[in-house]
Amino acid sequence: MSQFSRSNAKGREPIEFLLDGERVEACLGDTVLTAVLLHRRRLRPFEFSDAFRSGFCLMGACQDCWVHVTEGERVRACTTLVVDGMRVRTKAGKNSA
Amino acid sequence: MSGSNRVVVIGAGPAGVEAAITLSKYGIRPLLLDEAESVGGQIFRQPPKAMSDRRVASELYGFDGSKAVKVHAAVEEALGVGVEYKSLATVWSADQESIHYIQNGKSECVLWSDLIIATGAMDRIVPLHGWTAPGVYSLGAAQIALKAQSVLVGDSIVFFGTGPLLYYVAYQYLRAGAKVKAVLDVSKRVGARMLLSFTSGGSDILRGIYYVSYLKAHGVKVASSISPKEILVDDQGNAAGLKFLLSGGEECSISSKAVAFGYGLKPETQISDLLDLSFTFDELFRYWVPQSDGECRSSNERVFLAGDGAGVRGAVLAALTGRRAAYVLLAKLGIQPPVAEVRQVSAEIARAQGFRLALERAFPFPAALAQTVPDDVLVCRCEGVTAGQIRQAVDVSGEAEINRIKAFTRVGMGRCQGRLCMSTAAEICAAHNKMDVRAVGRPRGQAPVKPIPLAQLGRQL
Repeated sequence: MSQFSRSNAKGREPIEFLLDGERVEACLGDTVLTAVLLHRRRLRPFEFSDAFRSGFCLMGACQDCWVHVTEGERVRACTTLVVDGMRVRTKAGKNSA
Repeated sequence: MSGSNRVVVIGAGPAGVEAAITLSKYGIRPLLLDEAESVGGQIFRQPPKAMSDRRVASELYGFDGSKAVKVHAAVEEALGVGVEYKSLATVWSADQESIHYIQNGKSECVLWSDLIIATGAMDRIVPLHGWTAPGVYSLGAAQIALKAQSVLVGDSIVFFGTGPLLYYVAYQYLRAGAKVKAVLDVSKRVGARMLLSFTSGGSDILRGIYYVSYLKAHGVKVASSISPKEILVDDQGNAAGLKFLLSGGEECSISSKAVAFGYGLKPETQISDLLDLSFTFDELFRYWVPQSDGECRSSNERVFLAGDGAGVRGAVLAALTGRRAAYVLLAKLGIQPPVAEVRQVSAEIARAQGFRLALERAFPFPAALAQTVPDDVLVCRCEGVTAGQIRQAVDVSGEAEINRIKAFTRVGMGRCQGRLCMSTAAEICAAHNKMDVRAVGRPRGQAPVKPIPLAQLGRQL
């Protein structure tokens, strides 16, 4: 089940990215956060407990949406655009659905 | 300062854009640093350029459509001519000589001669049970998802908190096809207050009434004087709705897939703090703002303050103060803009300010709610610090000075640098020690004010 839903996808260009190894769809112009939460309810595990987080402010201020991408670098998911073929790792594996 | 040092404007929302363009009209070519991909700030935020969906402005910005188009068009015009605009440039440090920012993964440094700070504002939050669960967002976040990404943060949603944005974003969600389950305000008397609300008066007065009528006409539950109790979560720990008390004390629960909340906005003051500007406590808003002489001058003669970053007054006043900051700076540089123009902007500011303050008084910050956050609620979502741990630190240390409590508990020490938690933490400390919130002091920040890659920091030092 997804957290987000599109209100309007008219004319958007479809792309694919790898979400924890699984090939899934997104649209060009989606942020990493948008792209992940259109497939899941959870973005990442919280460091200090067994809870999960899915971002909060979406304006680059709260810093609660950092995830790993392609070559291991960490990005702020709400201000980073997903690109075709990007590998996004949430470290959450199958528990994150 | 050498002649090559730049006039810099930080932030390209309504204030920064107006300041930069005004400077350029009088022959100063400022460097405009913007964290976003395109100008507009949060209020007139544009979708990513990569999005092929080019929606009409009225759909994205509602009644502010024409204003948004004006802001975007004015900047397009000025860019590359009179203003050097750097997008995706995150300022992470500043001192009396230089400003450091990350762009394209590289840290850059600019030497500045004069500076206009127009860093804007973000949602003001009071934590409650469940607020860190997946599916819970700030009101601003809910709106950004819709206008910049064409997504809903949940197809069914409860909105609560207070402020003009509460009704506006609920209206936008309803229009976009979401199931808006309820719009719940902690403030009083929605009807009367609406007469005063929403931006700068005049025909804008009608907007607030319109949003509420529209919501009610579409069967949305709208209530005021509510008390939020907890955000409900399902057995997976994801958001499932809101439990709250109606004004009469009756307990209600409404289920939804997403919850969005916020209590107005608070200024982004980290750069002002790094530059050691004097701050003053704003009684009405109960937050610290960089001290201004009323004409955009800070305590540092080379630093000027514009827009919501100097105290939240909304987009109209942001643009006006941006222009005035530019005029004041120009005069300092020996360039005198036409007296009539300077007078006019001051008159417009005075007019808009009176109206705006009436609006803010109608949606006060719920300090009592902040002071009574239950012990087991996470206040600092970065470091996982609870209200109880903060109170315990006050008890054990015998101190309530907020920066000492920060050191003891790690509250506000995480990645967000206290942006979300510190105003609540200060209220908790003050109330627990039975003192005025001013007396616990002002939370101090340090660079980097936004997280940057360690490799970049190494290169910098």
